[in-house]
Amino acid sequence: MLARIGYNLLQVCVVLAFAPLVEGVASRLKEILQSKRGPSIFQPYRDIWKLLHKDEIGSEYSSWIFRAAPYVAFAAPIFVALLIPVLTRYPLFFAFMGDMLGGGSILALGGFFATLAAVDTANPYGPMGASRTRMVGFLAEPVFIVVFLTVSFVAGSTIPYIVQMRWITPIANFFEPSHVLLMIAFLMLILAEDGRIPVDSPSGQFELAMIERSKSLEYSGRGAALMKWAGAMKFFVLICIFLNVLVTPWGLARGFSLGEVLLSIPLVLFKIFVFVLVLVSIESSLAKLRLFRIPEFLGAAFVTSVVAMITRLSEI
Amino acid sequence: MNSSFFQVISALDALTGALFLLTALGFVATRQVLASLQLFIMQSLLLALSAGLIGIALDSIHLLAVAAITIATKTLMIPWLLRRTVGAEVYRTREIERVLNIPSSLLLAAGIIVLAYVVAYPLLGAVKVPFEQINLPLGIAAMFLGAFTIVVRREAVPQLLGLLAVENGVFFVGIAIAPELPVIAELAAAVDVAVIALVVGLLTRSIHRRVGTTAVGRLSALRER
Repeated sequence: MLARIGYNLLQVCVVLAFAPLVEGVASRLKEILQSKRGPSIFQPYRDIWKLLHKDEIGSEYSSWIFRAAPYVAFAAPIFVALLIPVLTRYPLFFAFMGDMLGGGSILALGGFFATLAAVDTANPYGPMGASRTRMVGFLAEPVFIVVFLTVSFVAGSTIPYIVQMRWITPIANFFEPSHVLLMIAFLMLILAEDGRIPVDSPSGQFELAMIERSKSLEYSGRGAALMKWAGAMKFFVLICIFLNVLVTPWGLARGFSLGEVLLSIPLVLFKIFVFVLVLVSIESSLAKLRLFRIPEFLGAAFVTSVVAMITRLSEI
Repeated sequence: MNSSFFQVISALDALTGALFLLTALGFVATRQVLASLQLFIMQSLLLALSAGLIGIALDSIHLLAVAAITIATKTLMIPWLLRRTVGAEVYRTREIERVLNIPSSLLLAAGIIVLAYVVAYPLLGAVKVPFEQINLPLGIAAMFLGAFTIVVRREAVPQLLGLLAVENGVFFVGIAIAPELPVIAELAAAVDVAVIALVVGLLTRSIHRRVGTTAVGRLSALRER
């Protein structure tokens, strides 16, 4: 019992500690692919450290929402990290508090507060980015729902720990058409949800073209650090859901000993590294879509997930 | 033939079928002529792969011959023919004129896939053949999507490719429900397809020479007094 609570907290610590690293590795790899040297992979840690020691300035026209939003956005991925399998194959203490839909709604709550805060400051770019994020959000939502419905239909449960085992026992399940299509749909969803290249440019500095990043333009000091960290953690959590629940549930700890759980940390990080490599090569080989082409991208993801569901239904 | 081998083959065939359907959806979603040609080549390769897999599972030399014929005609000969007849029009990357915008045609495509399953469902189990569960509904869906592509496109070459996609869908069903079809029939069908591609290609070329475009959707507005 105590061990399970401990591992659950360890899981949160792993997410907290390694999320900026994943972001740093992703940006470094991208620069290398573009024949540049790129910043150190520890740059996000330095940025967060620097921002935490700076003064925070907020507009005097903003309300409490602006000040509360970084904390809500920061807390949301932490709560989700309690619910999903990050390190272990067996359910941990808090695993049955919420299912995948619950996790999704907590993540959405963080995003919702960030959006409200962007509107709150009355900065001209904030509301623009906020409305665009909502546009991407409401187009991504049906895909999320269909993916989760199909997954839970296959496994007979919406608890991620139960779902993950279904795909690899027996191994022939891995090649099921519905599984492959779900992977494709969810990959497109991660690209959209995290503001990666075909949908949004994460490293762009041009305010008029920003979607995701313009929401945190007004923050400084601690608020900016928390927003940055929260973004990295959200990315980490989404990758964990994708890899540990939907694609490759290998490398997770089976036993209850501390050594085994600690050993799974480098294995999971290695999986994430491979995934980031794939993601970066996708990002480097595509061009950013125009804003009004985003519905086509997400429409394709939606149809893919629907086809996954149909092929699944027909097999019964 | 042990059953676990059979299971792996049928899982791989199902995967091939899913990708086959995705390429059929790609026809609806893509914007450029060249991309639809590449999708067609990919779809034909997947068709050949499925035929090969079923051929291995059922020990049928016919199906392996079908796979070889498919690769020879559809991935090599038809692109070559199109390059010779229509040439620059295919290989220039430009956008296709279309009747519906992409999101709504994708939604309609999802509806069409559901319809294909509804149509295919009563047929399943009518004859007991091993791979019909997978190939029959997916092939019918690909067929419908090809027909849908012909409807929503206003461009000669993508319409031709839609027609060939319909043909691919029919073959995808055929290899599962009639694995012992004589090779001569398959060969005749393959030659037919090549002839269709040649004729439509030449027609497109002459349209292009006279009207200056291959956007055949506009031709309905032309009237001769």
